[in-house]
Amino acid sequence: MPEPLLKVAGLNAFYGESHVLHGVDLEVRSGELVTLIGRNGAGKTTTLKSIVGMIADRRGSITLEGRELVDLASHRIARLGLAFCPEERGIFASLDVEENLMLPPEIAVGGMGLDDIFRLFPNLKERLKSQGTKLSGGEQQMLAIARILRTGARLLLLDEPTEGLAPVIIEQIGAAIGELKAKGFTILLVEQNFRFAAEVADRFYVMEHGRIVDEIGIADLDQRRSDIEAYLGV
Amino acid sequence: MDFFGIPPQALFGQLLLGLINGAFYAMLSLGLAVIFGMLNIINFTHGAQYMMGAFAAYFLLQYTGLGYWWALLVAPIVVGITGMVIERLMLRHLYKLDHLYGLLLTFGLALIIQGLFQNEFGSSGLPYRIPPELTGGQNLGFMFLPNYRAWVVVVSLAICLATWFVIERTKLGSYLRAATENPALVQAFGINVPRMITLTYGAGVALAAFAGVLAAPIYQVSPLMGSNLIIIVFAVVVIGGMGSIMGAIVTGFGLGLIEGLTKVFYPQASATVIFVIMAIVLLIKPAGLFGRAR
Repeated sequence: MPEPLLKVAGLNAFYGESHVLHGVDLEVRSGELVTLIGRNGAGKTTTLKSIVGMIADRRGSITLEGRELVDLASHRIARLGLAFCPEERGIFASLDVEENLMLPPEIAVGGMGLDDIFRLFPNLKERLKSQGTKLSGGEQQMLAIARILRTGARLLLLDEPTEGLAPVIIEQIGAAIGELKAKGFTILLVEQNFRFAAEVADRFYVMEHGRIVDEIGIADLDQRRSDIEAYLGV
Repeated sequence: MDFFGIPPQALFGQLLLGLINGAFYAMLSLGLAVIFGMLNIINFTHGAQYMMGAFAAYFLLQYTGLGYWWALLVAPIVVGITGMVIERLMLRHLYKLDHLYGLLLTFGLALIIQGLFQNEFGSSGLPYRIPPELTGGQNLGFMFLPNYRAWVVVVSLAICLATWFVIERTKLGSYLRAATENPALVQAFGINVPRMITLTYGAGVALAAFAGVLAAPIYQVSPLMGSNLIIIVFAVVVIGGMGSIMGAIVTGFGLGLIEGLTKVFYPQASATVIFVIMAIVLLIKPAGLFGRAR
């Protein structure tokens, strides 16, 4: 089996005095779509933010293609080829849609062209001159995903892209994520919406209290459904 | 021809003075707004840095023979670099704390810098000549316009608009605006935000130093020239609001003109009119005329 693209081992993370992650271990192989599931406060977002370097106090090991990231500043981590789409979307109010879209610098060749991006998210093309935060929630989510596709990053970290969106928009986002996977992007997804995740993911990690407590392949999904419901408390 | 019994020479003379003062208010409040946006620090050292710009021009002439035009270029760079050193060594540690700490540190720094200059040069001003290309003036018929003052108004307006353009209309500006809103995310996209913060502070300080060089031939070069001005500039910033670049420019020039008009029509109030406006604005629109509530 080839070396995973992303390998997290024994990751601990702290917000000031509070110890949030207690030794997270996970792997994402090239071209895979892996989903972190778990209840609110389990540490899913913190795991993503630790990988991209947005949590200053993190210990353990995070490697991208064998390269250690845990001691690097976040702008250096991004330049090694990963890109983050935050849960709150992070659309900038003082930038128009076009500026938001063009904001993340290109870090490698081979990013998606604007034509491909607009084919994926046609709504954005008509709103380029609007203020970023004047878009609807769904459009803001599309913009937040679209802007990290340009950069040439191969590993995308998506934090709850369906949160608070209408079913028809969720469907559109799901189709886009499926297309990204087909294009060869590697994706680590955080999702509360299990039904959505089940349609796109290859593999699941279950988080509880800052640890990975289970790993479920898509093939075992039907047998394990009751376990998953217990984990998520649904 | 009189305006409400005021001879036009007096009216336009005061309006010109107001415009000149407004040019300095605008340049300084612009630098403060840029610094506050990125660093979250109210830079009380700004007046001292303006003074350092004027002194840098004076030193350049005294010790290297470099005149006014070189000073316009070199003084902002030199003073800007001292600013970047201050940012790296001191301000950097305060970003996570309340605004108040940055204000106290920069206020303390301003007092130290002023004290050192005062110790060395006393409180009386040192003369700095108007460059020979800009001596003399134009008789416009209704008033006499000194060339140097016209130059100050034109160049400060140009600098203000150029700053506005860079921030609001360029790619670099989009990084700055985005980092003002959410620095952690901008950094996670691969942009070196800590370096951008250092350069922004340097640029804001350089703007103050540039204003200091422009001021040297008008006001004398004196250790206290900044502390006199900075109090008014802070009132200007409060009136304009911290959030807006264009707001800083418009408010700066506008309040200079209002001050000039007050000198014509009710001279007794000319020293306080800006503070009266500040009090009224604070009561009615606490975020300032152009500010966004934070």
